[in-house]
Amino acid sequence: MRKLEEMSTYTLPTALAEIVDDFQALTEPDRLQLLLEFSRGLPELPERLKDHPELLEQVVECQSPLFLTIESEKNPDGARAYRLFFKAPQEAPTTRGFAGVLHEGLDGLTAEEILAVPDDMPELLGLTRAITPLRMRGMTAMLGRIKRKVAAASRLEH
Amino acid sequence: MSYPVEQNEKFASYANPERLVSTEWLAAALADGAIADGKLVVVESDEDVLLYETGHIPGAVKIDWHTDLNDEVTRDYVDGAAFAALAASKGISRDSTVVIYGDKSNWWAAYALWVFTLFGHEDVRLLDGGRDKWIAEGRELTTEVSKPTAAEYPEVERNDAPIRAFKEDVLAHLGNPLIDVRSPEEYTGQRTHMPAYPEEGALRGGHIPTAASIPWARAAAEDGTYRSREELEALYLGEAGLAAGDDVVAYCRIGERSSHTWFALKYLLGFDTVRNYDGSWTEWGNAVRVPIVKGAERGSVPAAFASN
Repeated sequence: MRKLEEMSTYTLPTALAEIVDDFQALTEPDRLQLLLEFSRGLPELPERLKDHPELLEQVVECQSPLFLTIESEKNPDGARAYRLFFKAPQEAPTTRGFAGVLHEGLDGLTAEEILAVPDDMPELLGLTRAITPLRMRGMTAMLGRIKRKVAAASRLEH
Repeated sequence: MSYPVEQNEKFASYANPERLVSTEWLAAALADGAIADGKLVVVESDEDVLLYETGHIPGAVKIDWHTDLNDEVTRDYVDGAAFAALAASKGISRDSTVVIYGDKSNWWAAYALWVFTLFGHEDVRLLDGGRDKWIAEGRELTTEVSKPTAAEYPEVERNDAPIRAFKEDVLAHLGNPLIDVRSPEEYTGQRTHMPAYPEEGALRGGHIPTAASIPWARAAAEDGTYRSREELEALYLGEAGLAAGDDVVAYCRIGERSSHTWFALKYLLGFDTVRNYDGSWTEWGNAVRVPIVKGAERGSVPAAFASN
C-alpha cells in the first residue's frame, strides 16, 4: 500500500486536503460515519437542472445511478471557476457521500486545480477496506469523469 | 428456540413456507417484543454499505455482504471461526430465528441467507419484499444503531457441497440444467457486466453452454416480493424447462443475484439439489479453455466436455 507521504496531500486543493485530513484522523467506523454526513450534505440540484435530466451525464461505473455535470463561470479576477452538480438517490448513501466529498472539495475551483488532483485521490480517504475496492471503483470513475469534462470544457474556452 | 412460522395462503403454496415472513408478520413480532426477548434476530443486508445507517427496522443489526461475509484475502467466504464471531457479535445463537431483509428485492439479503446456509444455520428466513416494501408501507424506521447483547455461536465448519458449486463442479455438471440469471446483454456476450454497473474485468463474454437465461429479477413482483408459486413454475418449469428432481446450478457475475434465484428454486419450488456457482462469470469468463456460447441461443456442450 502506498504511504501517505508518497502521495502527499500537497497537490490537493486546500478544501479537498482538509477533507482528506479529516478522514485520515478518524477510525474506520467513524470514517464511514463522516461519509454518511457528506451524503446528507450533498446539495440538491438547482431548479434549472432538476427539470432537465438530459443535461446530466451518468457515471456508469458507480453501483447506483449517479449523474453529474459541470458549469463554468468567470471569477472577478478573470479566471474560470467550475461548478459541480450531482444527482444520486437517497438509497445510495455511499455514492452520494463521495459526490458530497468531491462537491465540497472541488466546487468553484479552476480547471488547473481540478486537473491536478491525482486520479487515485479517493484512496486517500482510507475507506477502501471498509467500503471494498469494488465500491471504490465507482468513486474513482466519478472523479475521472469530472476531470475529463473539465479538461474538455477548458480546452474549448482557450 | 424457533419462532413460530407464518401461515398465509401465498406462502402455503410454496415448498418451504417457513423460509419467508411478510412485513405484517414481522411488524407484529416486533410489537410482541420478539427481538427484545432474543427469540428473533433481524438482519439487514444491502448493496450499499451505508444504507442501514440511513434508517433501518428498529432492532435490526447490519451484516455487510462484502466486509462481513467475504474473506478479506482469499476469494472465498469467511471460515467457521469468523462466522461464529460475527454471528455472536450480532446477538445470533445457533438456535436463533434469523430474518434477513435488504434493498433491491432482497438481492443481497438472499446472498447473506445463502451464506448462513453454508454454515447450516437452521432457521433463517427472508422478509418477503425486503426493505423497500417495509418503507413503502410506511412502517417504522430508526437510525439508532442496534447494540445486541453478544450471544454464543459455535464454530461450525462450512459445508459447501450441497448448495455451492465450484468451476470443476460446473464442468462436471455440463449437460444438466443451468440457469443464467444475468441481464440479456451479459448472457449474449454483448457486455461482461451489468448495465450501469462497474466493469469487473471478465475477458470473455457469453454464457455457459446450455444455460437458460432467466434474469433474477423476473422472480420478483413489482413490490419486491417473490412471485406466486404458479408464476415461478411458469418461469422455471415452463420457460427454462426444468423438471421436478433436476439437479440445477445457478450463476450470475459473482454469485449474489443467483442467490435470489437459488432461494426461489430451493425453497419456493422445492428442488432438492440446487447449487449456486459463486465463481460465476467473473471466474468462467476469465478461465482458460472452458466452453462458452455467445448469442441468445443456449447452445450445446462441446463433445470434449460432454461427460453426461
